Amino acid sequence: MFYREAGDFKTSYVDDNQTFPIKFDRYRYYFVLFFAFLIVPVVINDYWVNAVFMPFLIYSIAAIGLNILVGYCGQVSLGTGGFMAVGAYACYKLMTSFPEVSIFFHVLLAGGVTALVGVAFGLPSLRIKGFYLAVATLAAQFFLVWLFNKVPWFYNHSASGQISAPERTVFGIAVTGPHTSAWATYLFCLVFVTICALLARNLTRGMQGRKWMAIRDMDIAAEIIGVDPLKSKLSAFAVSSFFIGVSGALFFSVYLGAVEVGEAFGINKSFLILFMVIIGGLGSIFGSFAGAAFLVLLPVLLKNVLVGMLGWPTDLAAHLEFMIVGAMIIIFLIAEPHGLAQLWRVAKEKLRLWPFPH
Amino acid sequence: MPTQLLFGAEVFLNGLMAGVLYALVALGFVLIYKASGIFNYAQGVMALFAALTLVGIMDGQVPFSHLINAMLGTDVHHFGWHVNALISIILTMGVMIVLAYCVQQFVFRHLVGQEPIILFMATIGLAYFMEGFGDLMWGSDIKKLDVGLPQGGSFWIEENSQWLGFGNEEFYGFFLDQLDIVATGIAAILVIVLVLFSQYTKQGRAMRAVADDHQAALSVGISLNFIWVMVWSVAGFVALVAGIMWGAKSGVQFSLSLIALKALPVLMLGGFTSIPGAIVGGLIIGVGEKMFEFIVGPMVGGATENWFAYVLALLFLVFRPQGLFGEKIIERV
Repeated sequence: MFYREAGDFKTSYVDDNQTFPIKFDRYRYYFVLFFAFLIVPVVINDYWVNAVFMPFLIYSIAAIGLNILVGYCGQVSLGTGGFMAVGAYACYKLMTSFPEVSIFFHVLLAGGVTALVGVAFGLPSLRIKGFYLAVATLAAQFFLVWLFNKVPWFYNHSASGQISAPERTVFGIAVTGPHTSAWATYLFCLVFVTICALLARNLTRGMQGRKWMAIRDMDIAAEIIGVDPLKSKLSAFAVSSFFIGVSGALFFSVYLGAVEVGEAFGINKSFLILFMVIIGGLGSIFGSFAGAAFLVLLPVLLKNVLVGMLGWPTDLAAHLEFMIVGAMIIIFLIAEPHGLAQLWRVAKEKLRLWPFPH
Repeated sequence: MPTQLLFGAEVFLNGLMAGVLYALVALGFVLIYKASGIFNYAQGVMALFAALTLVGIMDGQVPFSHLINAMLGTDVHHFGWHVNALISIILTMGVMIVLAYCVQQFVFRHLVGQEPIILFMATIGLAYFMEGFGDLMWGSDIKKLDVGLPQGGSFWIEENSQWLGFGNEEFYGFFLDQLDIVATGIAAILVIVLVLFSQYTKQGRAMRAVADDHQAALSVGISLNFIWVMVWSVAGFVALVAGIMWGAKSGVQFSLSLIALKALPVLMLGGFTSIPGAIVGGLIIGVGEKMFEFIVGPMVGGATENWFAYVLALLFLVFRPQGLFGEKIIERV
């Protein structure tokens, strides 16, 4: 009844091309931003930030990044964990080498470094396609993790082989290190998420995004109509790796504080992010958020129910969690292979007509 | 430096043996991929699950004992009997066939016609599920698998290759694991059996027909459902053999499922669609990574085995995108 475009008159091309053409959607979007920036930080506590919000926000960035590569450009990558590790270690090296520069720029620069690494590992995509490429990106995953384990320069020769984030502040408020407050870290991540989502949305709906999608749909045909596959594929790798690097940097510096590369950025992380993208919906920014939320919330929920309410032993709950996550993924793929984003789209279509049947 | 050379030769031989085991896992992948176009990531977990089930049946463990104990407050663990290894293997095979049927019936039947990436994700979901299921059923502690395969180094080879050192004090003859030698033999038999099966039996021919063209196979009256269940069963059998070999070598535990990751570069190198490719690829990867670790490893701090296979496969693919024996990729607009 409220959710329709009738009465919302577009008077310019800019109006016509906006992300949310329906007024209700626009207000909902402003409301979500308002809620996330002004209400949540006030009421939030440590448990919620560490268990739910931070992983959600950080994984969202990674999922958006991977979605650009897999969902928009059609290049399947299983090297996400390795690229996140590049972001984390680049951020660590920058933080310790240039302590006077704001961490905000370190995170962005870490993304830039990751973009370069991503382009290097994206080069084979010009020759290798499909599953062969997916497995080839595993080379990046294993090689990078090994590299960060073996070369002491990356972890500043620390005895444990770990990297740990020194305390850094933004406007005098600590966002990394041991003395952070929940709302500060939350807001810091939220700023990055917002920037990344806006950037991704505007990239993917513009010319670059259309080139990527042409490559995804059929790269030879795209080449014939004048899309340069070299530039398109490598730019997708670069942009995607930039986002993944940013998320890796945040994951290390703000969320965990100290990481051991094999544990935090192993192959399981790559699969986790890919799951988020697929469950959320390939080729959708909203889907990346939905997928990240789903896979962050599910284990927390299961743990609370099984261990907290039913009082089962934790190892049993862990096994059940594996089974349930696996089963959920399969059920999801059977029920809606296009992910949560498609469900959302269908719901919106229905809502536009409601209360009329046609 | 003849000693170095001899050590190198020993590493080479061990690499060949390891390669055979990689090839064994890769075979399971190729079978399923050829017949149904599914890239089955769960192959490694299937090997783990098969090995867990085998150990469980042999030791007479009560399935789901941990769950039953937690829910009912009882304290059951074992039935108190031990089952003969051969009977357990047959029973485990039965379980794998049931599993194959369930996988086909509940998962992939509903996903026919989906994109390959979706099918691939479904197998990862399946891998998660089976990992949890196997642990829930048989417990997650490390188990010892003993089906009567010989263990330890082979003294015969060690003694009879000592003369190669020509009186060199540092060389004691080649050290080869007896288990690896047996595994090589079993893998060779398995491959021969598979080839005979697919060439000379009715079901094998039907399987190849399905691999060639689904629709044509369907139109001459081959039941796709049956063939897919059969292929998953055969893959389950290969997984069982691989699970026995790896389980006897290093115990039955979670890391067994990671052999799937070892098999992926083998597949890339050999081509996803070729059985000889899986074997040759396995040997190249096995030898390559052992030799690389032997020659270059000490210079860069070791543990190169984690990534060498992938990088080798990656470089190789740049020059030959379909792998060694894969079908030539022809693209049309």
